[in-house]
Amino acid sequence: MSKFLRYAVKFAAFITFGMLFFIIAYILVRGIPNLRPELFQLEYTTENVSLFPAMVTTLMLVFLTLLVATPIGIFTGFYLVEYAKKGNRLVEVIRIATETLSGIPSIVYGLFGMLFFVIYLNFQYSLLAGTLTVGIMVLPLIIRATEEALLAVDNSLREGSYALGAGKLYTIFKIVLPAAMPGILSGVILSIGRIVGETAALMFTLGTATKIPEGLFSSGRTLALHMYVLSTEGMHVNESYATGVILLAVVLIINYISTKLSNKLAKGNGND
Amino acid sequence: MKNKFIENFAKGVFLTSAIMSIIAILLMCVFIFAGGIPFIKEYGFKNFLLGTEWKPSDYPPSFGILPMILGSVYVTLGAIIIGVPIGLLTAIYLAKFSDKKIYRFLKPGINLMAGIPSIVYGFFALVVIVPFIRDMFGGTGMNIITASLLLGIMILPTVISMSEAAIRAVPNSYYEGSIALGATHEKAIFSVVVPAAKSGIISSIILAIGRAIGETMAVILVAGNQARMPAGLTKGVRTLTTNIVIEMAYAAEQHREALIATAAVLFIFILIINGVFLVVKRRANN
Repeated sequence: MSKFLRYAVKFAAFITFGMLFFIIAYILVRGIPNLRPELFQLEYTTENVSLFPAMVTTLMLVFLTLLVATPIGIFTGFYLVEYAKKGNRLVEVIRIATETLSGIPSIVYGLFGMLFFVIYLNFQYSLLAGTLTVGIMVLPLIIRATEEALLAVDNSLREGSYALGAGKLYTIFKIVLPAAMPGILSGVILSIGRIVGETAALMFTLGTATKIPEGLFSSGRTLALHMYVLSTEGMHVNESYATGVILLAVVLIINYISTKLSNKLAKGNGND
Repeated sequence: MKNKFIENFAKGVFLTSAIMSIIAILLMCVFIFAGGIPFIKEYGFKNFLLGTEWKPSDYPPSFGILPMILGSVYVTLGAIIIGVPIGLLTAIYLAKFSDKKIYRFLKPGINLMAGIPSIVYGFFALVVIVPFIRDMFGGTGMNIITASLLLGIMILPTVISMSEAAIRAVPNSYYEGSIALGATHEKAIFSVVVPAAKSGIISSIILAIGRAIGETMAVILVAGNQARMPAGLTKGVRTLTTNIVIEMAYAAEQHREALIATAAVLFIFILIINGVFLVVKRRANN
């Protein structure tokens, strides 16, 4: 029996990691030969099926979303950890709200974004509507990362700062925030991964236009959306593979950085 | 005086930011339900939820979403049957059987798995799993089994990372006590440590159910998407989520309202799952 159980766990782990390896290897092996130079032409045409505009749109969306969501997320963390008193009812409500937000599927975000930003506020399919929709989606991630990072900061740092006569705000920005930075950053980096990989929430908010958006009120498509459209059309399988390679590369880089950051965090805490 | 003002102003800004999440969730409820509930009332609660025909372009059109509710339930059940045993055993392996060196290498793998975009999973399933299933069972290869396999893979990181954390959180004395009573390493883990982590494991499964029900873009590529009552494991199926995406692009008026109402039903499912998750988690913490 013991032997059987030991084999069972090893077998399960083998399936899990074998599958992961297979998926990545399969996409890379099939995709890398398809990364042809035409795919990186400035403008998309049905001939070159360029993914360059989608790359630029993805970068724009990531930048704008972080611009909106990071301050709100970090400030929420400040409020929850540094200001709110224990047992505060509002804190409880905020916590339930963020936990609920993090469980809502992206298609519901997408539909909400369409009904509220695209139609009700009349933004049309646009970069702005996409940004705000995805911004709400990544908010819980940033809030939780900030909260955890702030809670991990030793209280003696705060007390030392107060003892030297510093105000609360000064202490938060100059003492607590720098100490909590790696944790917050890893939350922000995970958010980038979410934004880059998102499709369902963007389809009816950002739209699927093939050009680079000219402004906040102009539509575009991210790499993930591009890959979705190509996959459903079924005519550009090779280009789908190529787009998959780029998405995977982004995810690999993001994971590498966040692993490094969390190792650094773990080490930093060990020294305390 | 000025300092005091700045301090208060900053506090106000932080509080306002904190309230944003609440506003967001309220707005979502208002817009989804206000868009969906009037239609459900007009069309009839029972006709909508229990209607077996979804034919929006017929005259008169029919908008029964029971096929999609069942579709979502079936593929989610399939995903749980496939994903939970593998995920749980992998979590046990990571927490109790892997040595440190391998673990340091494997753990980022789970995070990576969670980070791979769903469209990449979906595309992989389209080019690998679909042909495989087609060869095995015939037909198009886009059916309940394919979607279940895909979702089973996609929920693995959720099941693994939460279950692993729950298993690690069990005090070591449980394990030691059991070993002292003569149990083997495996016996101690499976009969004492894992049962003690029960509530954490259950919450990981609940979260995985939420993920599977909510998944859209990957499922669309491999489920076949036929809007009819599920006819068997090897037949195509449409879920609540895919129903919305497939038809939203061209839907108008009543048809569109019916799709928003579909989202409202999905939203209620998710809120219930979330609620159960929060309750189980709270209980686990207490």
